[in-house]
Amino acid sequence: MQVSATLLLELGVIFAVLTALGSAARRFALSPIPLYLVAGLALGEGGIVPIPAAGEFVISSASIGVVLLLLTLGLEFSMSEFASSLRRHLPSAWVDVVLNAGPGAIAGWLLGLDVVGVLAMAGITYISSSGVIARLLNDLRRLGNRETPAVLSILVLEDFAMAAYLPLLAVLAAGGSWLRAFVGMSIAIAALAVAFTASYRWGHHVGRLVGHPDSEQLLLRILGLTLIVAALAEFVHASAAVGAFLVGLTLTGDTADRARKVLGPLRDLFAAIFFLAIGFTVDPRELIPMLPAALALAVVTAVTKVATGMYAARREGVARRGQLRAGTALIARGEFSLVIIGLVGQTIDAVESVATTYVLILAIVGPVLTRFVGAPPRVPAR
Amino acid sequence: MDVKEVLLPGVGLRYEFEIREGDRIGVIAQRMGDFEVVIYSREDPDEARPVFRLTEEEAEALAQILGAPRIAERFADLTREVPGLNAGQVGIRPDSPFVDRPLGDTRARTQTGASIVAIVRDDEVLASPGPAELLRRGDVLVVIGTEEGIAGVEHIVDRGHLAGPPAGGHVAGPPAGGDVPGPPAGG
Repeated sequence: MQVSATLLLELGVIFAVLTALGSAARRFALSPIPLYLVAGLALGEGGIVPIPAAGEFVISSASIGVVLLLLTLGLEFSMSEFASSLRRHLPSAWVDVVLNAGPGAIAGWLLGLDVVGVLAMAGITYISSSGVIARLLNDLRRLGNRETPAVLSILVLEDFAMAAYLPLLAVLAAGGSWLRAFVGMSIAIAALAVAFTASYRWGHHVGRLVGHPDSEQLLLRILGLTLIVAALAEFVHASAAVGAFLVGLTLTGDTADRARKVLGPLRDLFAAIFFLAIGFTVDPRELIPMLPAALALAVVTAVTKVATGMYAARREGVARRGQLRAGTALIARGEFSLVIIGLVGQTIDAVESVATTYVLILAIVGPVLTRFVGAPPRVPAR
Repeated sequence: MDVKEVLLPGVGLRYEFEIREGDRIGVIAQRMGDFEVVIYSREDPDEARPVFRLTEEEAEALAQILGAPRIAERFADLTREVPGLNAGQVGIRPDSPFVDRPLGDTRARTQTGASIVAIVRDDEVLASPGPAELLRRGDVLVVIGTEEGIAGVEHIVDRGHLAGPPAGGHVAGPPAGGDVPGPPAGG
């Protein structure tokens, strides 16, 4: 086996830079995702520091990153939580779709994009970053707040909506007709139903099949199963991401708990590479002309997310300040918007450059606003 | 007491209750095993003031401090009224020969005169366990008897048999070696 010293060195330096950026971001309770994007911009096409040897590795690892992000999302998912979110917050979910997908779609139309582009932009502005927000609420110690269940319910419903949306977009982006897109989406929804039934009725069998007391065995089995299903899903144009999400849904109980533990660090690593890769494939020079459009879209959809959060929090009987906290918490866009960019970015350049800038802005502004809006007034200690 | 349970999708559960002093306490149990304790201010009931955060291990220690002694305390009250009667706790060590064997196999009462009145397992208390009850690693036996009797039970569950001639004198039954085939600790 030939060891490529340059590859190892480049990867090592990349990881060292990422950890420095990540810990700097964490210091201010910010998400490291935007910094990873910036690092990717600096490294890739038209960037300042080219990485000839590691480039290929970064690109191919990125697809594993998407699969792992969706797999762990599926593992987090619980039917009872989904059902209770749906019961309490179905109206909030509709408000969320209309207020937040709308501006994206309109922006796409104004930019003169085709149907796929418009649909992609709608998704990008709609989906808040559940990863960033859940972590943020924990870091800001707001999990106990009265508005938090409303925020988390919205996130659960959004994530679930992605399972229907992604296959639709994936087929259309691959150049399929609407008919094929709907077939793809139907397959995904049917598979979702099967996965649910399976996890509900035979979840423990599936768990027994992949479960193993040895962590290494468990890791290999789950990864093997997930990658095979993801490949199959990709093969029928339903998006590898959706396949991985389905596997995550099917695993429940003890197996899911242990899977989350063993997959956690791997997910963090590959997801970081994925965020890097998104920046990597974008030429920073293309971002500048799109900056005003992205900025305007960011302002509009930040306001609409605040409105969504306030509406949802009011349904929980939360007072004004809490409503504002809920609204600002939802502003951050992140991993899913990037997954969508990854899906259509290769074919539609405008989406890539507008949306990357857009995510970059909101992934930074969202957490900052959340932190300063509705922060507890300084009260002298009792 | 009225404890309200609120689902936090993707995070875990929040328990809320009001204490007698009027404050409202919240306990957030995260899925990953961490806990956070918060208090709700009276001016703004929507906003939680963080009190402290605990890892799974720390939470367990706290739960034991708050919960376990009460069990022993209750027995202590009982034993105070009968002179010469004591309550003690005997843990089942991982290397005890009685791990995964029925309680009856210890023949503790026959040999020492002390009674095993409860088994504390995780956060559960099995009161008046029958002889068929299987002992698990980490169980704590609540024993009532004389001081020597309790020490005897401890010796039995650790080693598999009673040590030498009993000091108490009132221990019935043959030496345990015959029917309890546990080698001295080590296996």
